[in-house]
Amino acid sequence: MSSHDNHPEGVAHHFESAEQQFDSGKFGIWTFLLTEVLFFSALFVAYTMYRDSYPEVFQFASQYLDTNLGALNTLVLLLSSFTIAWGVRNAMLGETKKLTINLIITLACAAGFMMIKAEEYGHKFHEGTLWGGHEHSIFKLDADDVNEDIAAHSQAWSNPDGEFTAAVKDLDPEFRQKLGIFFGVYFCLTGLHGIHVLIGMILLSWLLIRNLRGEFGPKNFAAVDFIALYWHLVDLIWIFLFPLLYLIS
Amino acid sequence: MAPTTNTLDRTNYLNATNGFMSWFWTIDHKRLGLMYLWSVISCFILGGVYAMKIRFDLMPGAVDFATQTAEQMNAYNNAFTVHGAVMIFLVIIPSIPAALGNFVLPMMLGAKDVAFPRLNRFSYHLWIIGAVLFVATLFLGNLDTGWTFYPPYSTGHTDPSVITAVLGAFILGFSSIFTGLNFIVTIHKMRPPGMTWFKMPLFLWAIYATAVIQVLATPVIGISLLLILVEKTMQIGIFTPELGGDPVFFQHLFWFYSHPAVYIMVLPGMGIMSELFATFSRKPIFGYKSIAMSSIAIAIFSFIVWGHHMFLSGQSQLMSVIFSALTFSVAVPSAIKVFNWIATMYKGSIAFNTPMLYGMSIIWLFGIGGLTGLFLSTLGTDVVFHDSYFVVAHFHYVMVGSALFGFIGGIHYWWPKMYGRVVDGPLAKLGCLLSFVGFNLTFMPQFIGGSKGMPRRYAAYGSEQGFDDWNYWSTIGAMLLCTGLSIALFALIRSLFSKTKNLSPSNPWGGVTLEWQSPSPPPEHNFEIDPPVVGDPYDMSLVEYCGEEEGFLPVNPRSDDPCVADVKLEEA
Amino acid sequence: MSDHSHDSEGHIGHVLPLSLLLKVFGALVALTILTVMTGKADLHGADLAVAMIIATCKASLVCLFFMHLKYDRPFHGLIFLFSVMFVGLFLVFVTLDSEEYQGDIKDYKANEVLELQVGE
Repeated sequence: MSSHDNHPEGVAHHFESAEQQFDSGKFGIWTFLLTEVLFFSALFVAYTMYRDSYPEVFQFASQYLDTNLGALNTLVLLLSSFTIAWGVRNAMLGETKKLTINLIITLACAAGFMMIKAEEYGHKFHEGTLWGGHEHSIFKLDADDVNEDIAAHSQAWSNPDGEFTAAVKDLDPEFRQKLGIFFGVYFCLTGLHGIHVLIGMILLSWLLIRNLRGEFGPKNFAAVDFIALYWHLVDLIWIFLFPLLYLIS
Repeated sequence: MAPTTNTLDRTNYLNATNGFMSWFWTIDHKRLGLMYLWSVISCFILGGVYAMKIRFDLMPGAVDFATQTAEQMNAYNNAFTVHGAVMIFLVIIPSIPAALGNFVLPMMLGAKDVAFPRLNRFSYHLWIIGAVLFVATLFLGNLDTGWTFYPPYSTGHTDPSVITAVLGAFILGFSSIFTGLNFIVTIHKMRPPGMTWFKMPLFLWAIYATAVIQVLATPVIGISLLLILVEKTMQIGIFTPELGGDPVFFQHLFWFYSHPAVYIMVLPGMGIMSELFATFSRKPIFGYKSIAMSSIAIAIFSFIVWGHHMFLSGQSQLMSVIFSALTFSVAVPSAIKVFNWIATMYKGSIAFNTPMLYGMSIIWLFGIGGLTGLFLSTLGTDVVFHDSYFVVAHFHYVMVGSALFGFIGGIHYWWPKMYGRVVDGPLAKLGCLLSFVGFNLTFMPQFIGGSKGMPRRYAAYGSEQGFDDWNYWSTIGAMLLCTGLSIALFALIRSLFSKTKNLSPSNPWGGVTLEWQSPSPPPEHNFEIDPPVVGDPYDMSLVEYCGEEEGFLPVNPRSDDPCVADVKLEEA
Repeated sequence: MSDHSHDSEGHIGHVLPLSLLLKVFGALVALTILTVMTGKADLHGADLAVAMIIATCKASLVCLFFMHLKYDRPFHGLIFLFSVMFVGLFLVFVTLDSEEYQGDIKDYKANEVLELQVGE
C-alpha cells in the first residue's frame, strides 16, 4: 500500500518501473514467437518428410504453382515488413501521421497478399489441383474417380497444350496419388500462414484505430513494437515457404 | 483464539470484493489460482467417475468376454477415452501450474502478480471454453478413439465428436501455452533484488522448467490436433494411407508433445516435493544445485525420447534403438532428485504433517513408476509390455504418484495461505493413508497382469485367461482409492465451513520461502511489508517455532512487519 | 536478468535509422530476385541448399534489423535460435525414421502384389 502513491504513471501495479514493464513485454512477445515457430514446425516436418521420400512428385507438382505470383507475394510481404518496421520508428519518435500512413500501407500489402492468394486458390479449385481427399481433386488413385466436369476443363488433367511435363491422367496411379499429398501439405502450409496474415490484419487495424486516437508516442509504443514483431514472423515464414513450394525445379 | 497473523476476520484477497464478476473478471493471480483449483478438482471427479466405470466393468463377471455386446464394447471404449482425455487435458496438465503455480509463484518472488495478469485471466477463460467444449462432446458424442486420437481411425469412420473434442483440446492447449509464457517471463523479470537464479525456491525451478516445456511442446499438439480436424472434415490426406498419407507421422507429431507433456505433469510435483522435504525435515534441501539443474535437464531430455511410445508402430529399427538409448538417460536426473529428497530427511527433524505424508508416499510411488519405465524403454521387454496393463500401471504410478499426490500434498501445504485454515487432522491423514494403500492395491496387480499378457483397452477378459484375480483386486483397490481421495477432499472442504476452527497463522509449517512472510490469507496485494525479506529459501534457522497458535515467526523480525509486530507470545 | 538499472537498449532504446531500413529492404528485394533466378536455373542437385541459404540470409536480415535483434538483449535471439534448433531436431528424427521404413513399405506392397498374383 505504501508505494501505491508514487507508482510511476503508465506502469501496471505489479511492475516496479516502465523499463521492467517494457522489457517483460518484449520477452513475452519473443517467447510467443517461439511458440509460433513450433506451431508451424509440424507442417515443415511434413513437407521435409514427404519431399525426402518422393522428390520427383514434389518436383512435378511445383509446376502447378505460379512462380511469378509467389514472387510477387514475397515482395509484397517484404514491403509490408519494411513499412511496419518504419512504423515502429515513427511510434518511437512520436511521428503519428507517418505511423498512420505506414500502418495503412502495411494493411494494404497484407490485403494484397490475401487477394493474390485467393486468386491462386481459385485457380487451383478450378483446375482440380487439390488434395486427394477433395471431391474435385484430379489426384485420385483411380482415374475413374475424378469428377467429370473438372476432368473436362482441367488443363492439368489432360494437358492439351503441352504446358506441363505430362498429363495427370496419364501418370502412374501411385505417383498421381502422392501429388495429392503435395497439395495437402501446400494447402495446410499456405492456409495456416494465410490465417496468420488475417490475424495480423486484425491486429494492425487495432493499432491503426489506437493511433488515430493518439495513443502512441515515445513513452507508449510497445504495442506497435510487439505487433510488428509478430508481423515480421509472418513474413519470415513466407520467406521460407516461397522457395520450398514454388521453386522446386 | 485466532492467531494474530490470520486475517479471516479482516480484509483479505478472498473478501476484498464480492460478486460473480469480481471473481470471473479478476486479474488477481490468487483468485485465478483458486478458480483453476476448483475447476480442476471438478474435472478430476468427472474423470474419476469414468475410472470407476472402467474398474466396475472389469470386475470379473461384469462383462462376459464370449457374449459381450457391441454396446458394451463401445461403452468401454468411450469410458477409457473420456477418463484419459479428461484426466490428461483437463486435470493433470493444468493442475499444479495453473492452480498452485498461479497462486504461489508471484508470492514466492515477493511480487504483486505475474508478468501478464490479463493474459492469465485469458488463459483461465480459454480453459473454461476448452473444458466446456470437451465435456459437452463427451456427453453428447461417443468418443472412442482413446485419448491418443490416432488416425486413420479418428479421422475415418468414427464418431464426428472427434471434431469438437479435438477443438476443445486445441483451445486448452493455448491456455497451457499462455500460462507457461506468463511464468517464464515472471521468473526472468520479476525476481526481487537479492534473489539470483540459485537463490530461488526449487518449486520455481520446477515451474520454470515446466513452463519451458509448455511453450515448446504444446504448439506441436496444437498443430497436430488441427491437422486431425482438417483430416476429418476435409480429408486432407496427410495421415490417410488410402490417400497416400502416413499414419505413423501423426504418432511422431502426437508424441513429440505428449512425451514432454508427461514431464509437464511430473516436474511441478517434484518441485513441491523439494519444498515439502526441506520444510518438514527442518533442514536445507540436499543438493540444491543438482535438483535445480536436473529440472532443466529433464525438460531438455524430455524432447528427445518420444519415439519410445512408438516401438511397435512401424517406427524404423534405427530410430527405435536411438530412442531407447536416449530414454535410459532421462531416468538419471529423476533419480538424482529422489536421492536428494531422501538425503534431505537424513538427520533431519521430521514432522509427519499431512503434506509430508503425501511427500513420503511419492518416494515409493514415483520410485516404482520410474523403475518400471526402464522395462518399457528396453526394446526387448517393451515388445511384450506394449499395450499391456504393465504400461497402464507404469504411467499411473508416475502420474498419480508424482503429479497427483504432489498436487494434493501441495494443496494441503498451501491451504493455510489460500484459505487461512490448516487441514492436518486425523481425517486428512486417513485420506492420505487410504489413498496410498488403495492406489497400490489398484495398480500393483496391473503390473503383474500386464506382465502375464493382459492387454489394455479390452472391455472384458475370458476367465480362462487367468486375469480374474488381478482385475478383482484392482477394482477393490480402486474403491479404496476413491474412498481415500473423497475423505481427503471432504476434510479440505469441511474446513471452509468454519471461521473459528483450525485457523492458521502466517507460517504454520515453518517454511522460509517468501509466501510465508504474508498473513494467512494474504491481502490483495500479497504482502504487508514491501518488499519482503529475501534470504536463503532453505535456511530453517531464519524462523523459530512460537507455539501452535502463532506458528513460526522470523528470528529477526522487521519492525514494520505486521506479521510479527502485534504478536503476543505466551511466556514459555 | 531482472536488474532494474537503466539499460541503454531497454525502454526508449535504439531507434532504427530510416536509411538502414531502406538498405535492408533493398537487400531483401535483391535476394528475392536472386532466389527466383537460381530457382529457374539448373544447379545439379544443389537447388534446395542454395535456396535455403539465400532464404536464411533474408531471414537473418529481417531478424537482425527489422526485428531489432542486433540491438536487443542477446537472450531474445537465443530464444529464437532455440526454437529453430528444436524444430531441426524434430525434422531430423522424423525424416530419418521415414527414410528407414520406406523400405518396409515397399516390401509390404511388393508382397501384397505377389499374394494377389498367387491367389489368382
